[in-house]
Amino acid sequence: MNKLRALVVDDNIINQMIHHRLLDNLGIENQVVGNGKEAVDVHSSGTYFDVILMDMDMPIMNGIEATKKLREMGIRSFIAGVTTRALEQEKGEFMEAGLDDYQEKPLTTAKLLSILHKINHSGIHNFS
Amino acid sequence: MEVGQMQRRLLDYTKTLLMEGFLDGQFLQLQQLQDESNPGFVVEVVSLFFDDSEKLLNDLTSALDQPSVDFSRVDSHVHQLKGSSSSIDAQRIKNASLAFRNFCEEQNVEACQRCLQQIKQEYYLARNNLETLFRLEQQIVAAGGSIPMLEMGF
Repeated sequence: MNKLRALVVDDNIINQMIHHRLLDNLGIENQVVGNGKEAVDVHSSGTYFDVILMDMDMPIMNGIEATKKLREMGIRSFIAGVTTRALEQEKGEFMEAGLDDYQEKPLTTAKLLSILHKINHSGIHNFS
Repeated sequence: MEVGQMQRRLLDYTKTLLMEGFLDGQFLQLQQLQDESNPGFVVEVVSLFFDDSEKLLNDLTSALDQPSVDFSRVDSHVHQLKGSSSSIDAQRIKNASLAFRNFCEEQNVEACQRCLQQIKQEYYLARNNLETLFRLEQQIVAAGGSIPMLEMGF
């Protein structure tokens, strides 16, 4: 059974710590980066992740730009937007960039399990 | 004071903070991330929040004192504060940050400065409250007891 690997993309150090812990608790190997450009760069080095938790508002490269860039690069990982933005228009713009799912912050174990359940059902990986 | 009494006192104090709007469900979620393998998780996260917030508040004070205020920088700091306070459940700081951002958009320096003062007050209140909470927890652990968890929907 392959272990899932996740990438946390968030510029906020508190969110980084909490999301890292949430993933650790579920036995998911994970890496944390601080903005969209770092998320793109880590993929350029050939690293693959099963799931990417992508914040929207970040300096240097935001979540929308990073998601578009990753999809242009052919990255087919499950990308879940995780943001405090709640307006339908903002959510729509983020989804159109190439997200597979969208969750409002703060992220909880239940929301994370919901994301993983969707990955499981998409047949990418089995999660246990 | 015996352990049971200390535990009840902690639960009552936590309920008070919940009812007064200092905390809500997200704090309980954070407590659930704490276990034997990571017994100090909540204290670590909250301590990081307070250290980071203090720095942000100092940066905001300095930024708003400039003859020509860089509102994009101010907004960026407030965005960080809003995000962090939401994640650790410092509701009042988060709500005050939301108001602050609105005044930033209007480029209203005086209103921003008033908001900042309010956020500072909420910050010190939250810090005192959570330090009291953690002290109560430490007393329970020192007396050989375990920290009781408040159930959601109490």
